[in-house]
Amino acid sequence: MRIEVRNVSFAYPDSPLALNQVSLEIASGSCCALIGPNGSGKSTLLRIVSGVLPPKTGVVLLDDTPIDTRSAREIARHLAMVEQERVIGFDFSVREVVALGRIPHRSRFAKERPEDVRAIDHAMDLADVCALANRSIRAISGGERQRVHLAMALAQEPAVLLLDEPTTYLDLRHQTQFMSIVRQRACEGMTVLIAIHDLTMAAQVTNHMVLMGDGQVVVAGQPADVLTAENVESAFGVRAIVGRHPLLGSTYVLPNLAREREG
Amino acid sequence: MMVGHRRLGIWLLWGLVILMVVSIVAGIMVGPVMIPMRSVVASLLNVSDDNVSAIHRIIVRQIRLPRVLLGLLVGSALAVSGAAMQGVFRNPLASPYILGLASGASAGAAVAILFASGSLFFLPFGAFVGAAVAALAVFRMARGSDGRTSILTLILAGVAIGALFSALTSFLLFLSSGGERLSDVLFWIMGGLGRASWTSVALLSPVVAVGIAAILYFSRDLNALALGEEGAHHIGVNPETLYRWLLVLTTVLTASAVAMAGTIGFIGLVIPHVMRLLIGPDHRRLIPASALVGGCFLIWSDMAARTVLAPAELPVGVITAFFGAPFFLYLLKTRGASL
Repeated sequence: MRIEVRNVSFAYPDSPLALNQVSLEIASGSCCALIGPNGSGKSTLLRIVSGVLPPKTGVVLLDDTPIDTRSAREIARHLAMVEQERVIGFDFSVREVVALGRIPHRSRFAKERPEDVRAIDHAMDLADVCALANRSIRAISGGERQRVHLAMALAQEPAVLLLDEPTTYLDLRHQTQFMSIVRQRACEGMTVLIAIHDLTMAAQVTNHMVLMGDGQVVVAGQPADVLTAENVESAFGVRAIVGRHPLLGSTYVLPNLAREREG
Repeated sequence: MMVGHRRLGIWLLWGLVILMVVSIVAGIMVGPVMIPMRSVVASLLNVSDDNVSAIHRIIVRQIRLPRVLLGLLVGSALAVSGAAMQGVFRNPLASPYILGLASGASAGAAVAILFASGSLFFLPFGAFVGAAVAALAVFRMARGSDGRTSILTLILAGVAIGALFSALTSFLLFLSSGGERLSDVLFWIMGGLGRASWTSVALLSPVVAVGIAAILYFSRDLNALALGEEGAHHIGVNPETLYRWLLVLTTVLTASAVAMAGTIGFIGLVIPHVMRLLIGPDHRRLIPASALVGGCFLIWSDMAARTVLAPAELPVGVITAFFGAPFFLYLLKTRGASL
């Protein structure tokens, strides 16, 4: 599913513009990273694309249909989101939480149909949370919980997957596992838009990159073109060594602490 | 912690239906005059039986049965409202009185008792109006300039409006300076089923039936809301619409129950909480289970209220707190980790 953001502006109450005339296009099946410093508008943009926040001006199109003409439920059949951190109100089991992802596809009082069971089991298998099925969502670790939320989003069987810094609280193994699941979904045709701070990881996983600053798109394109030493320095104010990894072939970004000290 | 025990859910519901029938029969048998089960069954089914006295028939049909049914209705209404409020606020400490309903209803009842002699019509009417005014005031306060409802403002406004109406009630009680009416107001504030009649059952039953059915209709959305407002939105449940419906439904349900039986405490807080510990947080099971157990609990509490100091009658709120609180503390101690 193709995402198009056209001239979107947004401001939170009593605040300056969080997004200022943002336009971008994400091709169907591409895996796109949203990068940029804290407060540059990445999360706000994701919330607008997901339909949770209505933009002040401009429009978001999913396959050429404006999302504000669709109900929350219609959107949820095509689009899923994994938030940075989510606190679950009650003591649901892991499987019950993943099953919530089927809500947009099921009628209100229907029992789980075979396709629901299949989608739930498949999603739990992909996110590697089958062993946790009967555990309480509140009794598992933060990294496990994040994978449960990914499983829930996958159980929605979305065409578009939005992720807002999903690996912030994960250790290296779970970060890697999480991102490889995401990349696999993109290879199978899911459109992925991910806000992420780990630039080197982003360059490995994604094939498109949007650098944001002050609520605007600074530059967009292939990871190798977006991730240059100049762009990193102007966006983050950090001097970094940027190069192409000899084995992986992807771009890496290494902050240079020594040069930072020299000022 | 494993949560596999919830597979009992469906069987538990059937068990609770049986408990309800047992409670109704027991509630009719027990009182200052004990009535044998045979008489109860004969009177209820209207079977002629020479061993059943006419007085027993009258007690069963005109006094005990409406009282037990009112207990069932009020108990279910409060427990379901509590479950819905806890779901909306995503907080197991929310109660149906969180929007200042209880204080509003008490103030309305006090006005009715002191100025309209507390007639059968004016007392419930005054209580309902008081509760509705308090809830409306709280809604208005919590609605921001952007048209969104803030949950935090809702809770704080509930506290403030509640305090305002409590002050009004105290002022009215002070003005009335003693006498019979004062004790009327106090008894009403503590809650009881003493005013039960077929009229009150007839008025309350459609409201409770429709209210509980409607809340049950939203039970899956309440599950989604456990993910937070945005989380619910992401799986297709619009939290704003949900809030509006559930707040209106619980207000009508609670205000009607309070209008008939006073502000009976504890049921709306504890019953959903206990049921959540027993069968899990899925609202599709939690709401019917809370309705059944809330109703039964109030029937048994009322039985105790009628018999402990017979022929005098305790306010049933004393009983609900007296038995409910220790049980709740016990659960908190043994199962506290999963709250």
